Parts: sequence; C-alpha cells; structure tokens
Amino acid sequence: MSDVIIFKIDGVEVSAKPGQTIMNAADEAGIYIPRLCDVEGLEPQGSCRVCTVKVNGRTAAACTQPAAPGMVVENDTLEIRNCRRDIVRMLFHEGNHLCPCCEASGRCELQALGYRLGILQPDKYPYLQPVRPVDASHPDIMLDTNRCIRCGRCIRASRHLDHKNVFGYIGRGIYKQVGVNGKNLAQTDVHVDDHAVAPGICPVGCIIQKRRGFYDPVGQRKFDVNPIGTEIEKHLKDAGGKK
Amino acid sequence: MAKTRVIEIEPITRVEGHGKVTIHLDDHNNVREARLHVVEFRGFERFICGRPYWEVPVIVQRLCGICPVSHHLAASKAMDMIVGAKKLTPTAEKMRRLMHYGQIMQSHVLHFFHLASPDLLFGFDSDPESRNVIGVIDKMPELAVQGVMMRKFGQEIIKATAGKKIHGTGAVPGGVNKNLSIAERDGFLRDIGKMKKWAHGALDIARKYSLDNLMAVQAFAVFNSSHLSLVREDGALDLYHGNLRALDAGGNIIFDQVDYRRFNDYLMEEVKPWSYMKFPFIKSRGHIDGWYRVGPLSRMNTIGFIDTPEAGKALAEFKNLTRGMPNHMSLAYHWARMIETLHCVEKIEELLNDPDLQGTDLMVKGERAGEGIGVIEAPRGTLFHHYKVDENDLVTFCNLIVSTTHNNEAMNRAVKKVAQDHISGKPKITEGMLNHVEVAVRAYDPCLSCATHAIGKMPLAIELYDADGNLIDRNSQYL
Repeated sequence: MSDVIIFKIDGVEVSAKPGQTIMNAADEAGIYIPRLCDVEGLEPQGSCRVCTVKVNGRTAAACTQPAAPGMVVENDTLEIRNCRRDIVRMLFHEGNHLCPCCEASGRCELQALGYRLGILQPDKYPYLQPVRPVDASHPDIMLDTNRCIRCGRCIRASRHLDHKNVFGYIGRGIYKQVGVNGKNLAQTDVHVDDHAVAPGICPVGCIIQKRRGFYDPVGQRKFDVNPIGTEIEKHLKDAGGKK
Repeated sequence: MAKTRVIEIEPITRVEGHGKVTIHLDDHNNVREARLHVVEFRGFERFICGRPYWEVPVIVQRLCGICPVSHHLAASKAMDMIVGAKKLTPTAEKMRRLMHYGQIMQSHVLHFFHLASPDLLFGFDSDPESRNVIGVIDKMPELAVQGVMMRKFGQEIIKATAGKKIHGTGAVPGGVNKNLSIAERDGFLRDIGKMKKWAHGALDIARKYSLDNLMAVQAFAVFNSSHLSLVREDGALDLYHGNLRALDAGGNIIFDQVDYRRFNDYLMEEVKPWSYMKFPFIKSRGHIDGWYRVGPLSRMNTIGFIDTPEAGKALAEFKNLTRGMPNHMSLAYHWARMIETLHCVEKIEELLNDPDLQGTDLMVKGERAGEGIGVIEAPRGTLFHHYKVDENDLVTFCNLIVSTTHNNEAMNRAVKKVAQDHISGKPKITEGMLNHVEVAVRAYDPCLSCATHAIGKMPLAIELYDADGNLIDRNSQYL
C-alpha cells in the first residue's frame, strides 16, 4: 500500500497519510472544513455533523471519514454550505445563546461559525427557549447548559485525558443533556486544572472558569484576531494558494 | 355629568423609549388631569437573578442604547464591592472616568443637537415638517455637522475604553480589561481643541436661548422641587463618584455627604397603577412631598463648583441667574447640559495627558462580599444599582433606580403645568400647543427604556371609561 493517498477536495488535489481523516488531510492542506464536536487532542466522534461533506456524492462526516485514494470530496459548495448553516442555526435555536452578554463571545466557536456562515439574524426557526438550570455549585467552575451544544468534548476529555468521567450525557432525543457524575458539579471530583474544563475544550460558554469573564478586551479576543478557520487557511495562503 | 375629552400624544417624539401623554379636558377645554405614561416594559431586575455577578455589568447595559456606559459602570462599581476592591488602581479608575466622560459628552450632544435643538432654534410652534434634525441639517448644516462629529468623538472614546461604541466590556469587577494605547491617545488629542471650541459654541446657544427668552424660560414648566445628586467631598461636580446631597426648593440641605451605600436609609420608591415607572421619594419627607429632581439642572443646583476652568466659569454665570438659589426652570436643563458637556471635554483632555492611562495594573481584588451598591451620575441623573450575590456567585437580588425614574413626578408636573398654561381654555388645540407639552418632557431628556426595568412589583391597571368619562371597570394584576 502506498504511503500517500491522493484525493480531491473541491477539485484541489490533496494528499493524506494512511489512516488520516478527510479533515486531518484538509487541515494540513490549508482547507478549512467547519467543525464543532471535533478538536485537536480528542478522538473524533462525528456527532455535530457541521463537518458534513459529500464523498463521491454521499454525505459523510469529514472528522471521522478516512481519506481514500481517488475520493472526490465536496466541501465548499452551495449545497454543503446551506446544510451547515441549517445545522448551526438549529443549534442556536435549540438552546439559549445570548451572545450579547455571554462571556464566551469572541472565543465561542458556535458564534464564530455563525459569522463565518453568514447567519446574522434568527430568521428561519422558532426559538425553543428551554428552561435549563445553571450549576454554579463548584467554587471555580460553572456549568451553564443553556449554552450547551452537546458536542461531547468535555465528556471525552474527562474520560480519556483526565480519566475521571465527570461529564456524561443524560436524557434522550431533544431532552439529551450534558450532566455530571454527582448531584452537582461541587460533588464531583472535577478540578479547575482538568483538561475537561480547560479553555478551548468547551467550544461555547457552557463550561466556564469562574470570575474570569470579560477579561479579554473586545478586539483582542481569539476570533477577533483570527476569525474561525483562518489559521488553517493561512497555510494555503503561505503556500501561494496551492497545496 | 360633564363630559371628559382625552387628548393623547402618542408616541412622544424625540425622546429615548416609548411613552405617551394623556390630557383630560372638561366641557370648557380646561385641563383636569395630564399624565406622562411609560408604556414599554423591560424586566431586567428579575431576569438578572440567577446569573453570575461578573456578567452583570455587561447584561444590564442592554437596558439602554444611549447611555449603556452608565449602567455598565454603576454595575461595575457595585461588583467592585462584591469582589472586595475597595480602591481601584489609578489606571482602572481613570479609564473608567474617561469612558464615562466620553459617554456623557456623546449623550448630551445627541440630546441637544438631534432632539432638542429643533425646538430651541426654530420655535416650539414652528412647522413640524422641519422642526426636526433634518430641518437643522437643512438650515444650519455647519451646526449639524458639529453635533455629529462631537457625538462621534464621544463614541470613539467609549470604543477605546470599552472595546465597542455601544455595549462594550471595558469595566470588569475590580477594574478594567484594557488601558489606552499611545496611538489612541494621540488620535484624541489631535481633535480635542476642536471639540472644546464646539462645546463652547453649543453652550453659547443654550445660554443665549435662556437669557434671550428669559421671561418664557422663567414661566415654562417651572415649579419648586428638591434636587439630588452625587457631589465630591469638597462639593465639586463629580460625575463618576461621590456622596449624596439633597437640597430643598429653597436651597437648604436635606442631607449631605451621605455614603451612597446607605441610600436605602434616605430614599424609597412608590408604585402607581398607571405607569411602569416607579416614583422615588426622600424618606424623611414622605411620598407626597418627598419627590425631587435629578440630572444636569439638579447637579448645577447641588454642587458648589466645577473643577475645570471653563465649565467652572460657565457654572458661575448659570448660578448668578438665580442669585445662587436653586434654579427650578425645566428649560434650564439645556443650559446645564451644555455646561456639563464642556466640563466633560475638559476632563477628557486632562485625562488624555495623564500617563496613568497607559499603566498596566488594571485590576484589584479583596475580601468577597455578598452585597454591592454602585451609584453614578449618568447623563440624565443619579443612577443606583443594588445587588445581592450568593455564595455560588449568582445574583439573588437586583434593584435599579434609574435617572429618569427620579424625574418621574417632575415630568408629570411639567406636563400638567404646561398643559394648563398652554392648552386650558383654548377653543382650538393646535399641534404647536401639544408640542409645548412634549418640549417639557424633552427638557428632562428622559430615557423611558431605562426607566421601566422592573418586574414583579408593578401592578398594571386597566381602566375602562364610558363616553362621559365615568370609570365603569377596573382590572389590575401584578406582573
């Protein structure tokens, strides 16, 4: 078997190593495929479907689909962009995402994707406005599931990096939530230094470290400086637009 | 039975928020009752509960799009108490002051040039088609541009200190999250001379209007009242911090140098069934006689002096008009507002030349507390924020007394007085007469959006009258 897999994304030839996913190969090639449940350092789970691409005409999650020789991948097409917009819209409408007063604004991946995908106002679906509690019982960490998108990043980080199982899913269907392994956060063995609660694991403002809100000035926040995806796309620009 | 005719002015134009005035006339067109109703409804005091305290300065500023900085800073001051920050670093306090002066400047300029100037420049009875900001642009383009550029300057100051022109995040519990860069400072210093010149020009317009029309100004919506504001320990104007002082109509001290954290010992609020706005009053005087005014006019009455030279001179002339006694003329709010605008420009210049703004020591913390009170002089008057926070850092109680709320009784009196003076007994009621009523409300620069933040305490009443003005049904429920 060859050490290099050659396939195409939107007509651009991309190379991948055996076992690499479409997303890994795209990242290395400077092609950004939007994502929410996938993050570097954790096993992909393919649940948010924001990274949906078409592979040889059929939809697949780019974060879990291995690259294969000769594959034809559609990523930045009108159909796929519309599909992603709808998924991201539904995430906004399903929870209580009040960006104007959320401390995650400017570093929130959901908000950043909303901007990138051109979702500037709630114009398609009704808000479900669920009533969800805030768990502020822990002295240093707060869990605000109003903002949870059930990406499972905290669950995987707690299980595989911290070996603790602090977080897990509870409920089914639209009632599915992230819960904690205890009566509340204070009764778990979570610690502020755990990977599961580290900045960058929760893509939104669901898990936050207390008393640090709004420390980053507007204009200097993560996505103020580099809008989402641009750090990956920078590789492509640095290579003169070809990879 | 005599029939009552009701005139509604709805919406009141050129004010912030939604309100209406009702004027009840009898058979002879005499005014029986006139009221300002605030018909919008917000509810911030309730839904802030359950949120973490560090979110509060960012959430509550959404009360308003005109002076959100006031709420941002009042809440931040309250949260300073929560985090035990007894004294901010020089950089933090000066950055907050700069933000505050920038916003008062832009808010006052917005009101004077965009909302009030058409009345003052063209007359209360002038053609309504051109009695607006478009008319000012058309007839006095240079002046209109000055208004726009001054407002822009104030907004840019806010952006440089809070991150955004509207609804920024610069103040955090215990300090600020940024300092002022040299480049930002130099940009403002380039324009400050022009701003000062234009502030003088606007002050001249307001001063001249009052002096040239003294008879009318002394008669229009004039009534005795107490006045309240923060003052510095030495009695100077201080828009960011100070102690409470209240004067009665004759200029006698009701209370002075009261630590604002004890405001509950001195002030109370009353609710009435026909408005979403509460009616605050001075406890010692009771709810009938204890009402008072706040805002630029009241500040000019309560303070002893202004510590910036040019605004200081302007204050002396203002006080001379009433020989040092409290000025009770509603239209004098405009003059007072422009004195403050000049003061803010002078303060901004002073701060821009202060190297502390480039300091890097931005936050302090101390012993955690469960209750915080922040008070500030907002453009429209004294603003109180009071919170309680539980051991898990969540807000359990919130009470806001905003500037416009303090002026509630005064605005109602102004409406009634002007209606009686200009409408009562007239055979025909013209648009110009009704605009007189609006002019009276407008003088207070009310922010009706800010003033209707409460929920859970306001019994809204629906009253049904027959054609003869008889009350035939009344329904009331607590929202």
